[in-house]
Amino acid sequence: MTLPASLDEAVAALTAMPAAVPVAGGTDLMAAVNAGQLRPAALVGLGRINEIRGWQYQDGHALLGAGLTHARMGRPDFAALIPALAAAARAAGPPQIRNAGTLGGNIATAAPTGDALPVLAALEAVLVIVGPGGSREIPVSHLLAGREMLRPGELIGFVRVPLLHAPQVFLKATGRTGPGRAVASVGLVLDPARRGVRCAIGAVAPMPLRPLEAEQWVASLIDWDGERSLAPEALEAFGEYVAAACVPDQGEPVAPGVLHLRRTVAVLARRALGRALTS
Amino acid sequence: MSGQDAATATAAVNNSVAAKAPGAPAEAAPDQAPRGIGASVPAADTRAKAEGTFPYAADLWAEGLLWAAVLRSPHAHARIVSIDTSAAAEMPGVRAVVTHADVPGATTHGRRVADRPVFAHDLVRHHGEAIAAVAADHPDTARLAAAAIAVEYELLDAVTDPEQSFGAPALHPDGNLIRHIPLRYGDPDATGEVVVEGLYRIGRQDPAPIGAEAGLAVPRPDGGVELYTASTDPHTDRDLAAACFGLEPDRVRVVVTGVPGATADREDAAFQLPLGLLALRTGCPVKLAATREESFLGHTHRHPTLLRYRHHADAEGRLVKVEAQILMDAGAYADSSSESLAAAVAFACGPYVVPHAFVEGWVVRTNNPPSGHVRGEGAMQVCAAYEGQMDKLAVALGIDGAELRMRNVLATGDLLPTGQTVTCPAPVAELLRAVRDVELPALPKDTSEDEWLLPGGPEGAGEPGAVRRGVGYGVGMVHMLGAEGADEVSTATVKVVNGVATVICAAVDTGQGFATLARQIVQEVLGVDEVAMAPVDTDQPPAGPAAHGRHTWVSGGAVERAAKMVRTQLLQPMAHKLGMSTELLQITDGRITSYDGAFSVSVLEAMEGKELWATAQCRPHPTEPLDGDGQGDAFVGLAFCAIRAVVDVDIELGSVRVVELAVAQDVGRVLNPRQLRARIEAGVTQGVGAALTENLRTVGGLVRHPDLTGYALPTSLDAPAVRIVKLVEERDVVAPFGAKAASAAPVVTTPAAVASAVRAATGRPVNRLPIRPSAAVAVSNS
Repeated sequence: MTLPASLDEAVAALTAMPAAVPVAGGTDLMAAVNAGQLRPAALVGLGRINEIRGWQYQDGHALLGAGLTHARMGRPDFAALIPALAAAARAAGPPQIRNAGTLGGNIATAAPTGDALPVLAALEAVLVIVGPGGSREIPVSHLLAGREMLRPGELIGFVRVPLLHAPQVFLKATGRTGPGRAVASVGLVLDPARRGVRCAIGAVAPMPLRPLEAEQWVASLIDWDGERSLAPEALEAFGEYVAAACVPDQGEPVAPGVLHLRRTVAVLARRALGRALTS
Repeated sequence: MSGQDAATATAAVNNSVAAKAPGAPAEAAPDQAPRGIGASVPAADTRAKAEGTFPYAADLWAEGLLWAAVLRSPHAHARIVSIDTSAAAEMPGVRAVVTHADVPGATTHGRRVADRPVFAHDLVRHHGEAIAAVAADHPDTARLAAAAIAVEYELLDAVTDPEQSFGAPALHPDGNLIRHIPLRYGDPDATGEVVVEGLYRIGRQDPAPIGAEAGLAVPRPDGGVELYTASTDPHTDRDLAAACFGLEPDRVRVVVTGVPGATADREDAAFQLPLGLLALRTGCPVKLAATREESFLGHTHRHPTLLRYRHHADAEGRLVKVEAQILMDAGAYADSSSESLAAAVAFACGPYVVPHAFVEGWVVRTNNPPSGHVRGEGAMQVCAAYEGQMDKLAVALGIDGAELRMRNVLATGDLLPTGQTVTCPAPVAELLRAVRDVELPALPKDTSEDEWLLPGGPEGAGEPGAVRRGVGYGVGMVHMLGAEGADEVSTATVKVVNGVATVICAAVDTGQGFATLARQIVQEVLGVDEVAMAPVDTDQPPAGPAAHGRHTWVSGGAVERAAKMVRTQLLQPMAHKLGMSTELLQITDGRITSYDGAFSVSVLEAMEGKELWATAQCRPHPTEPLDGDGQGDAFVGLAFCAIRAVVDVDIELGSVRVVELAVAQDVGRVLNPRQLRARIEAGVTQGVGAALTENLRTVGGLVRHPDLTGYALPTSLDAPAVRIVKLVEERDVVAPFGAKAASAAPVVTTPAAVASAVRAATGRPVNRLPIRPSAAVAVSNS
C-alpha cells in the first residue's frame, strides 16, 4: 500500500506497479476483496491527495475532485451549486458509506445502481483523466458505456460539470425507507441557457439511459421565458415517454416485473420534471 | 433532511410514545440500582457491548491456533462423482483436509432425525452444503485450499417448488414428505352463509444475526475436544458432536461464549462438526469464523409456506368453518420442521373460536436452502393467512375488520381446533379492544413537513399527493415451550458465598434477557444485591434450547426453586433459634427481619461464613403429540398479541412505510419493564422485516445476493414507532411467576397487521409476504 500525496505521485506509483489497484473510500473495492472476488497485489491509496478532495470553478463549470466524498457533496454549500448531485450523494447509502465513498469511486465502480451516475449523465459531465502521458478528457457516458477505458497508470482526477443555475432533481425508488439500492433512479436538470431538459434513468440498465427524444419533446413544450410550467397531462406523457424509451418491451405479454419497473420509471420522471418546474 | 436527522426524529417519536404509554414503569431513583422482580434491571453485559469490549465468539484466540475454511456446494442438487483433496493437502501451510471419509462416528446428524450428512458425499442437496473442511495456519491459506479441492459434480434437476416435491424423485432416503398432519375437528359438511377463499405465500426470512457464526475448537489431552461457540442449545449440540466424533458425550464439552444475539438456532451442529473434526485431526486449536455469505448459506431459515384457505361465516360474521391447506418448504433436511408444522396446523384458525376446522398440513423436502427454528415458526406464516381471510370476510360482510375479529375472539375455556382446552389466560378481546380504541397517530397534514417521513425515506421519491394512509389489524398467538411431548426440563443451581450469589444454569442468554431475569429472581428471593451468572457449558446439567420462551419459564422456574431452597437453608437456623417458622422471617434490603420487627440481622451475618448451595429442576406439565386427526393437548401454554398497524403507502410507486404499530400483549406478568419493552420492539421490528423486505431469494435453488445489501433488514428509518398500549398481566398459574415470554408473539402478529393496513390503504389483496412494491401500487395498469 502506498499513499501518494499528489496526483502525479499516484500516477507514478501506478505506472511503477502495473498490478496495483487505486483505492479511495474502498466502499466497493474492499467489499470485493472481502468477498474473495479481488486480490490486489498492491494498493495505491488516494486518500491523502488533497487536490482532488475539493472543487474549483472554471469558466461556468465546476471542476470536482474525484476524491470528494458523498458526505461532502451532500452539504448545503455544494447543494447550492449542483443540487441533483448533492441529492444523489445524500441518498447514497448510510452515513458510514457516505463518509468514505467518493465521486470518483462511484464512477470507477460503474455499478448500475450508482446514485451519482444518472446525475452525471444528465449533466453531461466530462472526466479529466490523468495518466503517465498527461491528462485527457472523456465524457462520462463514454467511460460508463465502455467506449473508452482507463489505460494502465490512469486515474480519474476530476469531473467537470456545468453550473446551470437552474432547478435539478434526483429521485430514486428503493425497496425500503432506510438507505437501499435503487430499483430505478432519475437525474433531471434544466438548462435554461440551452433551453434544454436533460434526464437520465439509472439502475434499469448497465449504464444510465438518456431518453433523448422525450427530452427534446418536453423542452419544446416549456415556455422558457415565462412560467416554465406544464400541464399535468404533459408531465404524465413525459413520464410515459421516458419509461417507454428506457424500459423496452420484451415481447407480449409484458412480464409483471417489467410492467412495474416501467411504471416506476414513469412516475419518477414525471415527479422529477414536475418538481424541477415548480421549484 | 439527512438520513441521520430522520433517524433521530424517529427515535424521538419512539421515546415520546413510550413515555406516554400506559403501564410505563416508574424508573428507580438514580441513587439506587434497580433490583428484584418488576424492576428495570439492566443486562450485565450492556456496558461491555456498548463500549466494544465484549468478547464475541469471533474474537476468541488460542496460542498456535489454525484457521478453518469450509468448501460448500455451488449447486442446489448434484451427484458428487469424485472429491480430490490432494492439491489442497499439498499446499504449504495446510494442516488437514477432512471430508466425509474422515468422520469417525455417525456420518449423519439432526436435531430430531439424523438425516443430514456431516459432509455431503454422494449427493449435495442444497446450495452451500458442506463438502469438506480445511485447517491451515492462515485464514487466506485455508480459503484458497478449500477452493483448490476438486469436486466433480453430475448436475441433477433441483426440486425448488414444494408443490412439485410430492411427485418428484426422492431427494433423500427418508423420502420427500417429512410430515403430514390432517386436522379434523367438527362437521365436515358444515357451511356458512358467506365464504371467502385466499391463497397466501410467505417468503424465506433469514434470522440474519448481526454477529455471524464463529467458534473455536480446542483438543483435550484425553482425546476429547472443547467447542467454544455461541451455541443456543449446547447439550444437544454436544450429543450430536460426540456421536459424529465417535466419542463418549463427556469427552466433548461445549462452552457457550460471546453470543451476539439470536432469533433462531445458532452455531448448530452443522457449523460445529467440521470445526471439532479439524481440531481432533490436527491436535491444534482451530478457529472458524463464517463470512456473511457463509452465514446466509449455512444456517437455517424460516419455512417458506404456501397456504390455501376457505373461511365460512354466518351473516353476523361469526366463523362457522375454516378449511386450510398448508404446505411448508423444509429445504433438504428435516431439522425442526415437524414442530413448525404442528404449530402451523394447530394455530391455523388463529385466536378465534371456530366450531369446525379441517386443516391439512405438509412439510416437504426440496433443494432450497434449509429451514429450521426461527422465532414464531409456523405460527407467523398462518397468522398472515388467517388475518388476510378475516379482512376478506370483513369486506364481504361489510363489517369493520376489528369488529369482525371481536365477534370471534377466543377466551379461556374455549377449545382450539386440536381439541385442547385453553386453560391459560387468553385475554384476546381485551388486547384487541386496547389497540382498536387508542387514538390514531397524527395525520401528515398535522405534522410539519420536516417530520413527516414519506414512504421511500428521506431523499426518496415520495410525493405527499400520492400517499394513502391505511389502518389494519393483526391478532396472533404462539405456543410457549416445546410441544407435543417434548421434555422441557431445566436444572439450575444457586450458591451464595460471602453474600454474593451465583447462578449456574446452562440456559443460554441469546439476547432474550434470561441472565438478567435470573439475577432478578435471586435478588428477589434471597435479598442479595450481587448475583453473578456462571458461564454456560455442558458440564452443567442440561437446560434445553433457547427457543419458544422456555428459559423465562422453565429455567426461570428452576432458578427460583433453587433460590428458595437456599433461602430455607439460610433462614432455618435462625427460625429455629427464634422458635418461629421460616415463613415469619423476611429478607429485605440485605437484612433478615422477623415478622414483628423485633429481630433483625444482615444476610451476611446470618450466613456465618457458610457456603449455601441448592440445585433444583423445573419440569412443566407434560404434553402429548397430535394424533392422526390432529387432536391432542400438545401445548403447555399460549401467548397472544394484538397489533394495530398504521402505514403510509405511495400508491404510485408501491413504497410502504409503517408509521406506527400499536401493540397490546398478553405477558402474564412484567418481570423487567424495560427489557420487556425492548423485546417487544425487537420482535415488532423483525416482523416489519418479514412484512416488507426480508426474503432470501433463490433462483433454481441457488441463493441470490447472500449479503446485507441484497437481504434488506429494517434500518432505524424502517422501524416504526412502537406504541405499547397495553400489557395484560393475567398470571398463568402453571408458569413460574406467571410470566410468558414476550419475543415471539409480536414477530408472529406484525406481518399480518402490516399486510392488513396495506390492504386498507390500497385496496389490493396483499397475499404475499414480504409485500413487494408492485403489490402495493393502487393505480390502474393502463
